[in-house]
Amino acid sequence: MAMDGNKITETVSWRNITEGCKIEAAGNSRLFNTGDWRVDTPVFIAEKCRQCLLCVSVCPDSSIPVDNYQRGDFDFMHCKGCGICAKVCPFGAIEMKMGER
Amino acid sequence: MSIKDRLSGNEAVAIAMRQINPDVMSAFPITPSTEIPQTFSSFVANGQVDTAFIPVESEHSAMSAAIGSQAAGARSLTATSSCGLALMWEVLYVAASNRLPIALALVNRTLSGPININCDHSDSMGARDSGWIQIYSENNQEAYDNFVQAYRIAEHAAVRLPIMICQDGFITSAAVENIELLADRDVQGFVGEYHPESYLLNSKQPLAIGPYAVSAYCMEAKRAQLEALKNAKQVTLDVAKEFAALSGREYGLFEEYKLADADYAMVIIGSAAGTAKDAVDQLRAAGQKVGLLKIRLFRPFPGEEIAAALQKSKVIACMDRTESFNGRCGPLGAEVKSALFDAQLMPPVINYVYGLGGRDVTVEDFITVFAQLAEIEQTNDGGKKYRYLSLRE
Amino acid sequence: MQNLIQIRWHGRGGQGAKTAALMLADVVFSTGKYVQGFPEYGPERMGAPITAYNRITDNKIRVHSNIYEPDYVVVVDETLFETVDVTKGLSKEGALIVNTARNKNEIEKLLNGYQGRIYTVDARRISMETLGRYFPNTPMLAAVVKVSGLMPDETFLNEMQQSLEQKFAGKPAVVEGNMQALKSTLQEVS
Repeated sequence: MAMDGNKITETVSWRNITEGCKIEAAGNSRLFNTGDWRVDTPVFIAEKCRQCLLCVSVCPDSSIPVDNYQRGDFDFMHCKGCGICAKVCPFGAIEMKMGER
Repeated sequence: MSIKDRLSGNEAVAIAMRQINPDVMSAFPITPSTEIPQTFSSFVANGQVDTAFIPVESEHSAMSAAIGSQAAGARSLTATSSCGLALMWEVLYVAASNRLPIALALVNRTLSGPININCDHSDSMGARDSGWIQIYSENNQEAYDNFVQAYRIAEHAAVRLPIMICQDGFITSAAVENIELLADRDVQGFVGEYHPESYLLNSKQPLAIGPYAVSAYCMEAKRAQLEALKNAKQVTLDVAKEFAALSGREYGLFEEYKLADADYAMVIIGSAAGTAKDAVDQLRAAGQKVGLLKIRLFRPFPGEEIAAALQKSKVIACMDRTESFNGRCGPLGAEVKSALFDAQLMPPVINYVYGLGGRDVTVEDFITVFAQLAEIEQTNDGGKKYRYLSLRE
Repeated sequence: MQNLIQIRWHGRGGQGAKTAALMLADVVFSTGKYVQGFPEYGPERMGAPITAYNRITDNKIRVHSNIYEPDYVVVVDETLFETVDVTKGLSKEGALIVNTARNKNEIEKLLNGYQGRIYTVDARRISMETLGRYFPNTPMLAAVVKVSGLMPDETFLNEMQQSLEQKFAGKPAVVEGNMQALKSTLQEVS
């Protein structure tokens, strides 16, 4: 009953749902836009950032992409706006916009 | 080739396990099933199997470890009784919904309380709606034969569900009786090696097992699970046919004993069926048309087939070895009555509760039951539909 | 069931009455019979009264109830006379077999007017002499085989020798002691 992770949708019939809801694919959470659960939004202020990457390690949703040891802007398709990154940033490089998506 | 031996029901199941040579056994001891992991662990220690034996700290952990190892791709099993099964309860459902064909040797013992170590079916009957396949055994031979057939049913591609092979605590688990064993290589050939289609330790195919299913998925998942459980009925028959070719011993969904022309029929589960067969023979010798239907497969419940087998019976006794506390009937009584109703059969059905907490049940007790059935037909008075057998008033 | 023989054992937890019933099933199986050997547990504690049973016959046994009308009753511990009606249901054509140093007349007075045969054997003395410890079940096993005539002494001793050698491999003294206990009992029980 192998099934491509892309085919898991909320319209699948019981006859086609994967056996035991197994997902035979890796990293398919990327496919889901869970960023729209966000009610507060972090703003990345690049000029204040010293690239310590502390924010990256604490982000519960792996929503801070890193390329060649440099963080970039947030992955807003998955960021839930929890604000932990803003709390831990020693340099004030992340500001939370409260109530903004 | 069959090997004549004498073994307790527990020893017989442990030997079936040795012959199957599973990948993982996780277990925690509880009377009266302790002998199974005890005997099996000596096979492990002696190098007679290459199973990883995990002595866990509770039955919840035993089932959780079996779920983990089965998900990883290992053929896994465990054994328990009574409160041990109750402690597994939460994860029994996980094993079933994750579609993991784990085998569990259940040695039926009453659930506390009052605290009691002896046989009734309250443990497995309580777990009847957990999604497991349930098969019941009359004696050590059936416990062995059913365990040998277990994985073939559970692992079938159309099924892939966990299976519980039940036998009566002490009555068959501790009783030494004659038995015919199959040769090791015959069992190995019959059961075969386990090659799961998807499993967690397969580095080539990433896999998530047991994801959170929101409301949009949960009902579809359950319905698909039900279909697999229903498929287990035909698979059980197919596997039994193959097993008969190997062993000469025939099994079905249930056993009909002198039932075809019986006016008075008894539906019963487990070791007491043997005792009841002696009662049937005695009454048949006296010219009475009595018969018996012994349940083998309880989940899925073969309702249509049972109703068809009982269609000529004038009065029926359903024997429940557990109290369901609904004030009307036991679990077997409820299933049989609903199956008869759907088949538009309306004979009087008297539901008896018997043998709770190891209360002995004799040939004479069953003769009394048949006499009551005859009286109901002759007087056309059903009386109480829900009765206790051998109860002190 | 043809040629059905039913036996009931009375003992106390820890004395090996259950083991004796299972050993009897074992040894009788080896003569080609159908057997059952099973315990009935009460409180599951050392010293508590326990009952064990045997059915022996030429056909497959289906019945799974306790035995209420035995042909033979074996009393492994004579203090049970005070609390258990050991001859209840016992066939008059059968026999009561008691582990005791007392004589039959004394035992008879303890019973509720049982009319059948009574056999005694001093399993305590035999066990102490042959095994150096009190294991009454081995002598009582021999006693029931002798009294019931289930098999010839020779067959019984040969089967037991093999079974004990398997069970106590590497402990020849234990095998020898048990065999001596069986032989003494076969001669002494009366």
